[in-house]
Amino acid sequence: MGKITKQDVEYVSGLAHLTLDEETKERLVGELSEILGYMEKLNELDTSNIEPTMHALEMTNVYREDKVQPSLDRETALMNAPDSDGEYFLVPKILDTE
Amino acid sequence: MSAESYAWTAHEIRDAVTSGAVSARAVAESYLARIEACDQKVQAYVDVWAESALAQADAVDARLARGEDVGPLAGVPVGLKDLFCTKQGFTTCCSKILKGYRSPFDATVVERLADAGAVFLGKLNMDEFAMGSSTENSAVQVTRNPWNLACVPGGSSGGSAAAVAADECAFALGSDTGGSIRQPAACCGCVGLKPTYGRVSRYGLVAFASSLDQVGPLTKDVEDCALAMNVLSGRDERDSTSADLPVGDFTAALRPDAKGLRIGLPKEYFTDALGADMREKIEAAVSALEGQGAEVVEVSLPHTEYAVAVYYIICTAEASANLARFDGVRYGHRAAAAADVEELYRRTKTEGFGPEVQRRILLGTYVLSSGYYDAYYSKAQRVRSLIRKDFLDAFEQCDVIVGPTSPTPAFRLGEKTADPLEMYLSDIYTISINLAGIPAMSMPCGLTESGLPAGLQIMGKPFDEATILRVGYAYEQNRGLDMGRPAVA
Amino acid sequence: MEYEAVIGMEVHVELNTDSKVFCGCSTDFDAPPNTNVCPVCLGMPGVLPVINRMAVEYSVAAGLALGCTISRWSKMDRKNYFYPDLAKNYQISQYDLPLTYDGSLEIEVDGVRKRIGITRAHLEEDTARNTHSLGGGVSGVDFNRSGVALLEIVSEPDIRSAAEAFAYLTALKQILQYLGVSDCNMEEGSLRAEANISLRPVGATEFGTKTEVKNVASFSGTQRAIEYEIARQRAILEEGGAVLQETRGWDADRGVTVSQRSKESAHDYRYFPEPDLVPLAVDEAWEATIRETLPELPQARRDRFMEQYGLPAYDTGVLTADRAMADYFEAVVEAGAEPKQAGNWVMGDLQKLLADGDVPIGECRVEPDGLAAMIGLIDKGVISGKIAKDVLAEMFATGKAPGTVVEQRGLVQISDADELAEVARAVIEANPGPAGDYRGGKKNALGFLVGQMMKATKGKANPKLANELLQHELEKG
Repeated sequence: MGKITKQDVEYVSGLAHLTLDEETKERLVGELSEILGYMEKLNELDTSNIEPTMHALEMTNVYREDKVQPSLDRETALMNAPDSDGEYFLVPKILDTE
Repeated sequence: MSAESYAWTAHEIRDAVTSGAVSARAVAESYLARIEACDQKVQAYVDVWAESALAQADAVDARLARGEDVGPLAGVPVGLKDLFCTKQGFTTCCSKILKGYRSPFDATVVERLADAGAVFLGKLNMDEFAMGSSTENSAVQVTRNPWNLACVPGGSSGGSAAAVAADECAFALGSDTGGSIRQPAACCGCVGLKPTYGRVSRYGLVAFASSLDQVGPLTKDVEDCALAMNVLSGRDERDSTSADLPVGDFTAALRPDAKGLRIGLPKEYFTDALGADMREKIEAAVSALEGQGAEVVEVSLPHTEYAVAVYYIICTAEASANLARFDGVRYGHRAAAAADVEELYRRTKTEGFGPEVQRRILLGTYVLSSGYYDAYYSKAQRVRSLIRKDFLDAFEQCDVIVGPTSPTPAFRLGEKTADPLEMYLSDIYTISINLAGIPAMSMPCGLTESGLPAGLQIMGKPFDEATILRVGYAYEQNRGLDMGRPAVA
Repeated sequence: MEYEAVIGMEVHVELNTDSKVFCGCSTDFDAPPNTNVCPVCLGMPGVLPVINRMAVEYSVAAGLALGCTISRWSKMDRKNYFYPDLAKNYQISQYDLPLTYDGSLEIEVDGVRKRIGITRAHLEEDTARNTHSLGGGVSGVDFNRSGVALLEIVSEPDIRSAAEAFAYLTALKQILQYLGVSDCNMEEGSLRAEANISLRPVGATEFGTKTEVKNVASFSGTQRAIEYEIARQRAILEEGGAVLQETRGWDADRGVTVSQRSKESAHDYRYFPEPDLVPLAVDEAWEATIRETLPELPQARRDRFMEQYGLPAYDTGVLTADRAMADYFEAVVEAGAEPKQAGNWVMGDLQKLLADGDVPIGECRVEPDGLAAMIGLIDKGVISGKIAKDVLAEMFATGKAPGTVVEQRGLVQISDADELAEVARAVIEANPGPAGDYRGGKKNALGFLVGQMMKATKGKANPKLANELLQHELEKG
């Protein structure tokens, strides 16, 4: 925990799909190291017998019934699309065979 | 009451409109003129909806003329933080990445306000995606504190707080993830309530950190806060985390005394970190409440010092996922001429997100990444349990906990932008509340020596906003200080 | 060295709910592109998921049918990765607390029964579909499928051959179809299978390096792909090489698996609990309610059919392959038909009519009691078995009752001895050669003459009576 390297910053920016220039990387190494270093405070606490809190609210089993509701009309669905042919959202050709 | 209706509170406007003393249109015109006069300086609004506001006001007047029910906020002009989805206008979260985005639906809270007869004046400035404590992270403009235009209004709901303080709306909607309603309310001298997590629907609130975000009002007084909460609260079937609990009438619970109430003072909130000037104001407010019959007890919230670390792990982790969807495929900014999808993502996000948002996405991605989950995220969730337990234990001894909202009054523009950690630490008194999920309200408790408002924070038991409002009302009715209004125009 | 294959299957099935798992959009996949979409399944800013109760119940039902334990406390998680078919760039799935876990499924290969362990079955959302056929250097994304409920069923690496994998998929599909929780149509994409395949020396306990084989469009394709992949890995190992851990796509046209670039540079999914949804707590009472809705499962039904109806193993296998078929068969028996006969008609002529017309049994115009009535007409000697085939075809085409078909087309079997005796005499007269042969001791000439009688009566002669009368006439004359 704590020290973060330039490789860490590059790895994480790859996962987040952000492109960082060299200067930004250097700056972030410093900033993130400081913040993560501060977070080391948490190691002062023994939490081995503590359950994690996912929600401050103690609720379970909130469901909707299986009923079809109206969808958007296609024009509205595509209204904000940066690129569209009126039927599909368009992106640069996906070459991956996935 | 002032002749100018922009200076009135929401309940005064509602009463005047409903009784026919003034038309909703006249009120809307008064506010629009006020915005025209002040907003050049304050820069609270990113979009003003003059035409539709007048049409909405006319509709209220027409319903009144026909003798129809006009709702509890009839003709009350409201401003919306720009992360509430609205079919009208744009919803941008003050980010370049959502420039020009039009939501196909209205947030649940927007629908509820509309049904209650509110008139929407427009969208208010904020830190990009609600990430910040000064509204300086807005990609649109810099909002100034109406009490001192060289100072920040706080954040992230800085536009909302500044607009209320400058009488540019009767009240405003904000969102609070780590203090984003309460801290700007304190900085600008308004009342701001973060309800219990689950009290108000988050549907249509653009998510920052889903387990912490909560919608709430910023108002001119406590009664308006109660009034707004009556309209905003309650189960929404579109939000799985909205509580199915009775709401009640918050205005009916207001009483001008604090008899029989026990007020807890957390010793961890009254340390050297709290400025002397600020401490004095808080202590005076506590004395005033004692004068109204409250009993004061000391309580302890022993894990307070860990809250900032816990908060910045959880909120950045959740944000890193919540903001992944802004990729230039379905909406929002798209980088030009990307050769493939990978480049499209990278360039869109890098161009579209500001530095603070990028920093938090990276931090959140890091704490969730392979090998670090247990050390950071899981650890933080466990300490979160301790923080929550601190509050529940303290509430065994008292009805509300009272302390400062922030360690200092509003700071100067640009003062803290260079050091993110220092900025994060200014949220020290507010973020535990979000981690615990409990409700808390900030309200003004005087001006500091610098002439800027100080904020008193009143924290309550889960779903007990009523007692917070009662304590706040008792203080407001009897505090014996006239702060006046900021002289903006 | 002898190698054995170690195979685990990951199967995704789309659940048969009417609406999607986190929003109210229809799951109809035939709709035009981007018409069954809303802000939630498009991942627009400000939206929140609300989970479909039926999707949870179907998942639990599937888990119970697979002998799984049902989690009393379960939750949804976010699985983070970027792809244009993923609206939010995270998938709502389940990570460490799946709805159901630790079950098994019995398969049978060459008469040998074997249990395949089920690691877990968890609920998640489907992704959109990308289309690459639009030209112009672009791909299109259609979000109709985004957010359809998916159940991912993960097996233990207990499968040892392609044939076992095929049997596993068949048995799994059969169970899920019996439950009615999924169509399991691989061609339409409502069932997708991936196989994790590795080889190890026989007797070894450690696993070899595995590959993941995807893009298979049919069960038989899965079997071929696994066979190919086993052979490919064996060839590498026999040459002393090392298998590379990777994802490989099945190229059905060329009959080979091909290495695929991975979709994320690193598979670091950063799972964390979905904060927009509350935990799922299926308590004993809810589990019991769901258990009560479970139908009799294929294996139990096969055993019962053998026991109750005295049917041979082969027949019960065919009749229970499909729940609707088995239900149909039992309805025919219920309506009074003798089980063996009913089975023969259902598996034989009816099945062929259904297959030729590509008609699902649920839309068959021959009602079970109609088929039972038709069998009754044979039993009573009203029509012959041969005529019955035509009757059934007409019932199938028109939906008419068997009695009506027989009456309208005058197909009632001739059982009048006088009338048939006359025909017999005419046939003998017209065929002196065969008649002479018979009389001369070639008894098998009778068959030809019976055939001629059937021809003369357009098949309506009661075959038994025709036989008797011919013999009588030949012997007397």
